[in-house]
Amino acid sequence: MLLVHCPYCEEERPELEFAGAGEAHIARPANMADISDEEFEKFFFIRENQKGIVFERWRHIHGCGRFFNAVRNSVSDKFIKTYKAGEKKPKLTKAEIASVLPPAKGTPANEPIHTAPTTTGKGDAK
Amino acid sequence: MSTSTPNAGSNRIAGHGRLSPAKTVTFTFDDKVMTALEGDTLASALLANGIHLVGRSFKYHRPRGILSAGPEEPNALIDISRDSARRQPNVRATVQQVFDGMRAKSQNRYPSLSFDVGAANDVLGRFFPAGFYYKTFMWPKQAWDKLYEPIIRRAAGLGNAPEEADPDHYANRFAHCDVLIIGGGAAGLMAARTAAKSGKRVILVDENPDFGGALLSDNTVRLDGKSADEWTTETIAEIEHLDNVTLLRRTTAFGYYSHNMVSLVEQVTEHMAQPDPDLPRERMWQVRAKQVILATGAIERHLVFADNDRPGIMLASAGQAYLNNYGVTPGHNIGIYTACDSAWATAFDLKKAGIAIAALVDCRAEIDPALLAEAEALGLRVMKNHAITSTAGRLRINSMTVEPVNGEGKTDIPIDCLLMSGGWTPSVHLFSQSRGRVAFDEANGRFLPDVYTEDCISVGACNGTNEMVEALAEAAAAAEEAIKSAGGKPKKVKPPRVEHASSMNGFLIGAAKGAGPDDFVKAFIDFQNDVTAKDIRLAVTEGFHSIEHVKRYTTTGMATDQGKMSNMHGLAIAAQTLGKEIPEVGLTTFRAPYTPVTFGALVAHSKGDLFDVTRRTPMHDWSEAQGAVYEDVGNWKRAWYFPQAGEDMHAAVSRECKTTREAAGIFDASTLGKIEVVGPDAVKFMNLMYTNPWDKLGVGRCRYGIMCREDGFIYDDGVVGRLSEDRFHVTTTTGGAPRVLNMMEDYLQTEFPEWKVWLTSISEQWAVIGVQGPKAREIIEPLVEGIDLSNEALTHMSVAEGKICGVPTRLFRMSFTGETGFEINVPADYGQAVWEAIWERGEPLGMTPYGTEAMHVMRAEKGYIIVGQDTDGTVTPHDAAVDWAIGKKKTDFVGIRGLKRPDLVAEGRRQLVGLKTKQAEIVLEEGAQIVDDPNHPVPVPMVGFVTSSYWSESLGHSIAMGVIDGGHGRMGDTVYIPMENEVIAAEICNPVFYDPEGGRVNG
Repeated sequence: MLLVHCPYCEEERPELEFAGAGEAHIARPANMADISDEEFEKFFFIRENQKGIVFERWRHIHGCGRFFNAVRNSVSDKFIKTYKAGEKKPKLTKAEIASVLPPAKGTPANEPIHTAPTTTGKGDAK
Repeated sequence: MSTSTPNAGSNRIAGHGRLSPAKTVTFTFDDKVMTALEGDTLASALLANGIHLVGRSFKYHRPRGILSAGPEEPNALIDISRDSARRQPNVRATVQQVFDGMRAKSQNRYPSLSFDVGAANDVLGRFFPAGFYYKTFMWPKQAWDKLYEPIIRRAAGLGNAPEEADPDHYANRFAHCDVLIIGGGAAGLMAARTAAKSGKRVILVDENPDFGGALLSDNTVRLDGKSADEWTTETIAEIEHLDNVTLLRRTTAFGYYSHNMVSLVEQVTEHMAQPDPDLPRERMWQVRAKQVILATGAIERHLVFADNDRPGIMLASAGQAYLNNYGVTPGHNIGIYTACDSAWATAFDLKKAGIAIAALVDCRAEIDPALLAEAEALGLRVMKNHAITSTAGRLRINSMTVEPVNGEGKTDIPIDCLLMSGGWTPSVHLFSQSRGRVAFDEANGRFLPDVYTEDCISVGACNGTNEMVEALAEAAAAAEEAIKSAGGKPKKVKPPRVEHASSMNGFLIGAAKGAGPDDFVKAFIDFQNDVTAKDIRLAVTEGFHSIEHVKRYTTTGMATDQGKMSNMHGLAIAAQTLGKEIPEVGLTTFRAPYTPVTFGALVAHSKGDLFDVTRRTPMHDWSEAQGAVYEDVGNWKRAWYFPQAGEDMHAAVSRECKTTREAAGIFDASTLGKIEVVGPDAVKFMNLMYTNPWDKLGVGRCRYGIMCREDGFIYDDGVVGRLSEDRFHVTTTTGGAPRVLNMMEDYLQTEFPEWKVWLTSISEQWAVIGVQGPKAREIIEPLVEGIDLSNEALTHMSVAEGKICGVPTRLFRMSFTGETGFEINVPADYGQAVWEAIWERGEPLGMTPYGTEAMHVMRAEKGYIIVGQDTDGTVTPHDAAVDWAIGKKKTDFVGIRGLKRPDLVAEGRRQLVGLKTKQAEIVLEEGAQIVDDPNHPVPVPMVGFVTSSYWSESLGHSIAMGVIDGGHGRMGDTVYIPMENEVIAAEICNPVFYDPEGGRVNG
């Protein structure tokens, strides 16, 4: 169970007090009614959902009730930081990214070993 | 020879062990009365009484004895009871302490332990290879249900589950600490002693009743010149009284989770003869530690050779523990078979205690000269570079056959006990659970912690540090480091001077001589699931090349002991058969729990009435007194219907509907979700959240609102009243209240934080009393002050604030029945009083209380939808024919863009319609599929399904709603609902069945 630092309460609290709220930094278009199908698809359906560093939203639902953002490594489950809603997407330093890396070496598979995808995502994935 | 203590078993060795001979307890094993010493485990007590045979194996029903002296035990699983309700199967005899009056029974045998008919499986063993079930019960197909499955089910499982409810209670506790130390052996104690000095919060846990770990059975080591027992006692005494230290005995750390959360289970009363009923049986701890020190030690492996499972064959470390800790010898003429130095110490201890050692067989060619010298001095018969290739004895071993490792020539040696050691497997279970990665130590045949993910560190034997001097230094250093990392100032504690420590060098993993690929013998790897070396080879030969597949196909390591002794052997044999190195084959995953945990401990108080929250409305007592039948709606208890004498549900609901439509009904609507939206930007916010336009809604007026998600599908609905320019009283569905508030907060906090709006959940502040029907006004009018209830002043869909029965009210004129109606909101604490006052007025006028079922019928008669019943997350306002609630001129609301998506504006969408059965008395089943042509060959195209269906007493026929492809354009069409025994024809119609002109609400 994770420990989550609420940037409003300025407290580290157990995950039980929080609810996840999906990917962060997806702004609702100001001209919502007029966007194209492609723009709507990107806004509503498409998510990074990547393995590794994720920017995500949480709500301290059984606490102060505030929504906030977090940067977490989805493999090691370690947080780099949490910050208030509306704050800019932080630029991560190399040291910060390194601090939440999962163990990279070690031989046997006591968890499934995933190999990196071979496609680059530019046209050849279809 | 030994002198015995007759009171507590003939195999007690006077002067040995840590138990007091003065304290005896009585227990039964298979109904035979026996005596033990206080502090005995069931295993040591049975051995003291000369009993090795304690069970039958799972598959072959082979006689099995006690194999170990610890939590890794795969064989000695016993049914333990204190009374008829307190009975537990599959308890490990090696960890269960004996208490006075305990009843123990062997398992998996019929009719008796020494004669078991299931043992025929052993003779037929060649017909039960790995994957036997998969290969055998394939055909004929029909035989599966009636023949194979019942037989397999009867044969499956060890022990019998208790039949009575568990009368004990269990506790749950959360704890935080700076350093959690798991394992109270030499390394764990040293770490605790060091960490404790710093003043930081320290928790030390050990699964045994006493701290000390392997020290408890070590008679030779000296620490600062003291015996292991003295040093342990002193160390505990030094730290136990400290306020910053918590010591937990009989406590197993069974799970290691993210961010250093470790779950512990503490056995509180399991060893007590008459536990205080106020004590929990077990206590679950969820500990959040800044730093964790893993000092979990190592587990000895057996050796894999022919017939290595006879009763009387044990681990060497177990023999040593029974002698030195419990004062019990497992035999009187003992053979030793080892690949590891540690078994030599066992042989020496036994010999010194006066027990005959028939031979010390070591499969290694090179032996430490010091060990050889001591063996010679004690007069032991040493057979190095030899192997045991078979054993004999049906219910107890009586001889072993020894052969040279590289040669011929068999020697049969009579024995009554065989102690074996294949070396030690570091306990990396918790480390691996913490997602640390292990690396293979080729030189010592073991996996060791390599890369850490969590804030933890392994010390001592679990880290591969076998020399006690090094383990103690490592533990002290780790504790200092942990204190520093936890923000404390470490204080140095000098580790004790170590003398005469025994060695753990030497190992053998995989099959020993005589159990190779060409030997047709049963050499067991996994005792609990009866997996042999041959089974592993067969699985690999048959194409199972991943160790995870080998595990599942042979079931090795899948029993309740999770292969603590067997995994390395299975892995080594699989690797050998595959022709690969062990690291290439890899380990199977370590999962929580480390040892079995009772459901009681996991559930704790969350059972029965405390399983979940029960929400009751302020008027609950009244409806209960009226004999209401309740239905669960989320956590709410809602009155479902109010049966009168002799009425079934159908009769009660029909009467409630009819009475409400003809006179009046009173309904408890308190569970409705209610949110107050307040602030200068409230109307702007309402415009965003709901499809409707709100600018022109006057103060004192109400409107039915529809809320969508961004994708355009209906999310919730409800009536909204405007109390003032800047204040809206929003109602939501009963189940939707939390998610609606969450969605509102989300938009307000993250998209429009600059808007001045405040949201408050007021669901539980207001009790809501619905009074509906032609006499509704007449009933409530005399009770209301300050509000003109006349049809002209308070028109349909209005709200006014005033008083009722002297209590403040927000009084809504609205209707979910199609009749003239009011929903009277009063502060929750006055709910029942106001309800009773209204009832007193209404009852003489013919009013009835009605429940949720009648509410459903009446709203369906009017074609009012229920979100979640008539919609399912793929229904738009257009589909549900409530698109009139969309503000056509609005430039934005949640869902505005989603509604324009090509699929949502396409022709032929599934749309909500009414359904009228051709035979008026047939009531359709909700959820039933709808087709156009019931005679169409299978598969029949499905055009929709029934969402709501009831008998309408007021109309004299059944009514239904459903969603049908292109339904709005198919009015008057006939569709069919095929059921099990009939096909029902129905006509598509307008869903407003009752009072389609809608005049009655304005009465």
